[in-house]
Amino acid sequence: MNGYNFAYLDEQTKRMVRRALLKAVAIPGHQVPFGGREMPLPYGWGTGGIQVTASILGSGDVLKVIDQGADDTTNAVSIRRFFARTAGVATTTRTEEASVIQTRHRIPETKLREGQIIVYQVPLPEPLSRLEPSRAEAREMHALGDYGLMHVKLYEDISRLGQVSISFDYPVMVNGRYLMSPTPIPAFDNPKLDRSPALHLFGAGREKRIYAVPPYTEVRSLDFEDHPFRATRARHECALCGARTSYLDEIVTDDRGGRMFVCSDTDYCAGRREREAAE
Amino acid sequence: MTPGTLLSARGLSLSFGSIPALDGVDLDLWPGEALAIVGESGSGKTTLLNTLFGAQRPDAGIVRYRDPAGHVHDVHAMKRPMLRALHRSDWGFIYQEPRQALRMPVSAGGNVGERLMAQGTASAGALHYGRIRAAAIEWLREVEIDPARIDDLPRTFSGGMLQRLQIARTLVTHPRLVFMDEPTGGLDVSVQARLLDLIRTLIARFAIAVVLVTHDVAVARLLADRILVMQAGRVVETGLTDQVLDDPHEPYTQLLVSSVLQA
Repeated sequence: MNGYNFAYLDEQTKRMVRRALLKAVAIPGHQVPFGGREMPLPYGWGTGGIQVTASILGSGDVLKVIDQGADDTTNAVSIRRFFARTAGVATTTRTEEASVIQTRHRIPETKLREGQIIVYQVPLPEPLSRLEPSRAEAREMHALGDYGLMHVKLYEDISRLGQVSISFDYPVMVNGRYLMSPTPIPAFDNPKLDRSPALHLFGAGREKRIYAVPPYTEVRSLDFEDHPFRATRARHECALCGARTSYLDEIVTDDRGGRMFVCSDTDYCAGRREREAAE
Repeated sequence: MTPGTLLSARGLSLSFGSIPALDGVDLDLWPGEALAIVGESGSGKTTLLNTLFGAQRPDAGIVRYRDPAGHVHDVHAMKRPMLRALHRSDWGFIYQEPRQALRMPVSAGGNVGERLMAQGTASAGALHYGRIRAAAIEWLREVEIDPARIDDLPRTFSGGMLQRLQIARTLVTHPRLVFMDEPTGGLDVSVQARLLDLIRTLIARFAIAVVLVTHDVAVARLLADRILVMQAGRVVETGLTDQVLDDPHEPYTQLLVSSVLQA
């Protein structure tokens, strides 16, 4: 595209973002500040993720973009087209074919492999933000590894509700050192982060923070010995492909209480149906 | 460091601008001993307490502390993570205003369990919900709060109960040394008496050493083994509580003792 640098961002900005990325990879789970730029989309729509993607994209990459697990929602379509135009890279909806996956809310059901990079759009990078209002104090807690407060939140949930009620953005300990917000992915996806062969990069545009989980890093969801972490999903099977192990979305189909459960990962669901049709 | 002491300070000096808050203060504290620091407001009591606790750095002087393993540490030279760990395990701080220490949006049980959970995550050990809850129930009972209120928020508690909750929250890790800053200030007289009785029972039973700051000579008499009288940042008189209060030598101490209202 004329008048734009490859992948929209100028090279100096990309260098700055890459430096932050290298530091983030070197200290798994630690939030690294970076000079976030104005992007041609509003905060909250993925400005952080898009800057990370722009900085790591090469001409040979194949890009997939997910929004709420789907490839065909507004944000996914727009961001995919944005990079197709500004970088001229190939795009795909298939998890296996992609080398870079930008996502919001989900980790694909298909197991990620070595060499793949998954970029998260992060709304709130600070896992302690809801518990500790002071940013300075939260940073000190990270520095000292003082995370008792997060367990207090889990304790409160169990004492009130009998179980931990966090269904998304469930806090994790990365590499036994840093408490990290895995962004609004469902708690169901948390185990996929643990010792994943892919590289996970997290970009928060408004808060201007970058953090990362390098391949094969231990990621442990916080829990108690007698109340271990459980990944929950709707107790149904997908109405389209019949999957019993995937994460499901509940879709209201009429105004008389009709509803159906379908895979949130549209690529996974379509793949299963294709294979079934071929058999 | 004087043999056998838990905490020892030498030559503590600190001035705020031209005002000397501490002026060459020496202090020794033995395990299980309660020491009261009395004096009028502005005499440097709270500054001394904060300096001993490691929250305020002195201009000169040194505070030494002996850990349970017998090692001696310079409190102001300790690394931050270590000092933080000390503050929430072997030491405790009880504020005059319980809302300063408590987490008001967190239930009573969560408040009492916080120090246990902080210790657990720091040692990377697995935490056990049932055990933390049992400890919280035990400590609520210990400070005479009905264990049925374990899931209630502190804002539904009275002032005296809040102060007792703060004590439970602090003592749950069995600290050997607790700093108290006017623990009974701002409470009405009957509640104050009950609280003093509770504190006295607990520190005797668990052999807790206490550094207590108070302007109230009666509180000092009830709780403290030894007393230290401060005036303008200086220790003017020190000795056994009864000795100092019954037979004060310094004119300032005499004034302080004679100004107590007799009911």
